[in-house]
Amino acid sequence: MTVTADAPLELEAPPQPRYAERPLGVLTRPQGGRGWRDWLSTVDHKRIGIMYGTAAMFFFLVGGVEALLLRLQLAAPDGSVLGADVYNQVYTMHGVTMVFLFIMPLAAAFANYFIPLQIGARDVAFPRLNALSFWIWLSGAIFLNTAWIVGGGGADCGWFCYTPNSGVAFSPSHGVDFYAIGLQILGLASLISAINLIVTCLNMRAPGMTLMRMPVLTWMLLITQFLLLFALPVITVALFLLMFARLFGAPFFDPAAGADPLLWQHLFWIFGHPEVYIIILPAFGVVSEVIPTFSRKPLFGYEFMIFSGIAIGFMGWGVWAHHMFVSGIGPISVAAFSLSTMFIAVPTGVKILNWLATMWGGRLRFTVAMKFAVATVAMFTIGGLSGVTHSVAPADTQQTDTYYIVAHFHYVIFGGGVIGLFAGLYFWWPKVWGYMLDERLGNWNFWLMLIGFNLTFGPMHILGLQGMSRRIDTYAAGYGFELWNMVATVGAFLIALSMLVFMVNVWKSRRTAASRPAPGPDPWDARSLEWSIPSPVPEHNFDEVPVVRGRDEWWHRKYGIDDDGQVVRVATVEEAAQRGDAVGVHLPSPSFWPLAMAVGLPLIGYGLIFNLWLAVIGALIVIASLYSWAFEPVDDPDADHGHGHDEGHDGGGESGDGPGPDDAVGEVETAETDEPAAVGASEGQS
Amino acid sequence: MTAAAAPAELDHGTSGAGGAAGHGGDHGPSTGISHVKLAMWVFLGSECLLFGGLISTYLLYKTRANGRTLPTDVFDIPFTSVSSFVLLMSSLTMVLALSGVSRGDDTAGRAWLLATALLGAVFVGGQVYEFTSFVREGVAFTTNPASAAFFTLTGFHGVHVSLGIVMLMSLFVSSVKGKLTRNNSETVEIVGLYWHFVDIVWIFIFTVIYLIPAD
Ligand code: HEM
Ligand SMILES: [Cu+2]
Repeated sequence: MTVTADAPLELEAPPQPRYAERPLGVLTRPQGGRGWRDWLSTVDHKRIGIMYGTAAMFFFLVGGVEALLLRLQLAAPDGSVLGADVYNQVYTMHGVTMVFLFIMPLAAAFANYFIPLQIGARDVAFPRLNALSFWIWLSGAIFLNTAWIVGGGGADCGWFCYTPNSGVAFSPSHGVDFYAIGLQILGLASLISAINLIVTCLNMRAPGMTLMRMPVLTWMLLITQFLLLFALPVITVALFLLMFARLFGAPFFDPAAGADPLLWQHLFWIFGHPEVYIIILPAFGVVSEVIPTFSRKPLFGYEFMIFSGIAIGFMGWGVWAHHMFVSGIGPISVAAFSLSTMFIAVPTGVKILNWLATMWGGRLRFTVAMKFAVATVAMFTIGGLSGVTHSVAPADTQQTDTYYIVAHFHYVIFGGGVIGLFAGLYFWWPKVWGYMLDERLGNWNFWLMLIGFNLTFGPMHILGLQGMSRRIDTYAAGYGFELWNMVATVGAFLIALSMLVFMVNVWKSRRTAASRPAPGPDPWDARSLEWSIPSPVPEHNFDEVPVVRGRDEWWHRKYGIDDDGQVVRVATVEEAAQRGDAVGVHLPSPSFWPLAMAVGLPLIGYGLIFNLWLAVIGALIVIASLYSWAFEPVDDPDADHGHGHDEGHDGGGESGDGPGPDDAVGEVETAETDEPAAVGASEGQS
Repeated sequence: MTAAAAPAELDHGTSGAGGAAGHGGDHGPSTGISHVKLAMWVFLGSECLLFGGLISTYLLYKTRANGRTLPTDVFDIPFTSVSSFVLLMSSLTMVLALSGVSRGDDTAGRAWLLATALLGAVFVGGQVYEFTSFVREGVAFTTNPASAAFFTLTGFHGVHVSLGIVMLMSLFVSSVKGKLTRNNSETVEIVGLYWHFVDIVWIFIFTVIYLIPAD
């Protein structure tokens, strides 16, 4: 465990994967390496982040194709692309796919990849649980979509799947069963991941990284995890009741048996409103990193940003019934929820003002990432304003279930959430992949998306106010709906085109990466710790765990203040950045058990729907993997870490033995060096 | 902006303090609570909402009879009181188990672990008996919204107790194998957290379902 600067770099000479014999295990313990099999067993938070992101983008395409089908059907009166029944399935699966299989996992990708880097950690608290979250999520995503093939069609109950409409009587195919079980599987994945990331944020901060020094992205992601933690069990209850109602005839939602159909609506929206913040807060975090970087100023009102985020997190629990103004909850409830909804706009407004104040007087650089970030603020403001109009209950009575609502929520989740995460993609792409995305193509991507987005969803405000219902499969000519529907469809295809440009950009930038200058650790002159290490990030993240002296730590390692109060450069990036060449850093060993366990869950799902024996097999797989996992030490005693350090410390990892399904990486060791680890503003670690 | 905010933060001083703190391996969990224990606390926070949702469902439905027998009509309060008492006592034995293991007294630790699991099993057994007798008296899962909500809530709780028993038995086995020593007695503490939580939830459920009369 010594650092020898001239030893071969760990990542450039990876050990070949070797699969040591494990006489007792069915699966041999993977040893790490770079082949595709190593992705299946990886516990590296960065690779898991990349897998989340890749899978999410795939499902963005799936949901996007579904959206295009909807828009084709509605482009002109009396559309005949989809029948009414298929239309119901397609909008439901579009909504579910976009929310649960695209934007949430994309946010999870950012959370996995960047939380450890931003707080100066080498991994998350429970690396194997992290892998488990991803595999469970993926198995749930695949399960949900197999409804198209084996379930007699996708769910057709709308993304909020109101009862009793979602009962067997009105929705006889298995689509809704796949919805109920699939979302439970996805929820389990998010719950595990939330626990993991909360513990990571709270417990694995580098020395000096106090809570109020954490970058805003990490903060917003942390709040998101708390929302998930408390919201998911509520929808789990709802889904469980729905599943039992459909599969075993429990009269939870049967009005004829005296049940209350509003129970579902309450449970769903107690989850559902926090869910909208789960979708938007990660994008807020991204924007709060991108705007200061390209304004060359610290974020204005950091504390306000954090506390308004927390306030949103709390208030988000007290507004759910604004989705139910017309369901007959009574005038007192309507008044109360109307007011609370108006109040929640306040902390959101604070954030918008903070971003504007950050840009005010800054030296702005309009890179593609910055453009996406500014567009996020603008589009979200529009969506927020139409949101305030819904909070006025009498107005909402006119708007609800019309295209005005569809316009509103696409402005917040697409205009705010998706465009915000695209800012993040352009911003952090070089960090993750080691090459920049092309700015020229990026501009095309940006403008096409922004224009397409506004053409698609802007006119929906008008359509809604004209009285066009949402979730109708077609409309007759002569209501004045023709023009704006056609415009919306054209806009949707522009968005599709922008995605094509994005993919071309990735492909081209990757191909030409070698012929362009490498981005280096810090291409944007950015502010937080992930920019202090090489791009792409070495497997062990930090050569030395950084010691943090303030907010925007990395910025202060590069810049100081001279006697006249002017900002001066005190160190170049090369001087200040870590080199990523530490060897012998002790990392948790990979494992196949997370994947194995995740395979069992959809089997249980199919079993519940089709044949209980299948569920038994699934359950056995889960239990077997759980036990094999629990008795597999975190650190593989057979593992040769590939760089010849002594193995004397392996015993430290055994503490995970026993019933706990995972074990911490608290004992991850840092590379020992003789240099002082801390880096002052003026001294780099060269 | 930068100028205004920076000087205080920039005053990094000498790097002296960093020398020791710089070894990441040396600094433990930032909160001082171990990862696993913190994770258990966080998880239990989530569980509160799960049971909250189920209890609310029951409260909403407890008088919805659909013209048939309600669970409240067939409750055997003395019986359930006894099994509740048994579960309550298991929290005591859990505490004793932890104290045994952390003292290094393996025999006591094992004995109390086993006792805790046993008391839990008695409780679950009582629940199974209760369920079957309810069904015989005409209150089955699908009888009415009240019964469906009752069985779901108490069933969820029973599954939680059963999982706890599995954890306790795993602890017992690893103690017999010599893998559970005073050095990792925290594992017992963490399982204990779960166990006490499940107990407290039952006190809620028992009060809300059995003791507060239906109006
Ligand atoms: C690619 C651009 C998109 C287009 C053209 C589009 C189009 C549509 C349309 C036309 C509907 C209404 C269907 C109806 O009520 O009959 C709809 C519903 C919906 N969309 Fe999108 N959408 C897009 C992107 C997104 C994204 C990115 C998200 C979320 C991240 C999203 C989430 C939803 C949800 C939740 C619904 C409600 C489904 C329901 O009514 O149950 N959409 N979309
Ligand atoms: Cu809402």
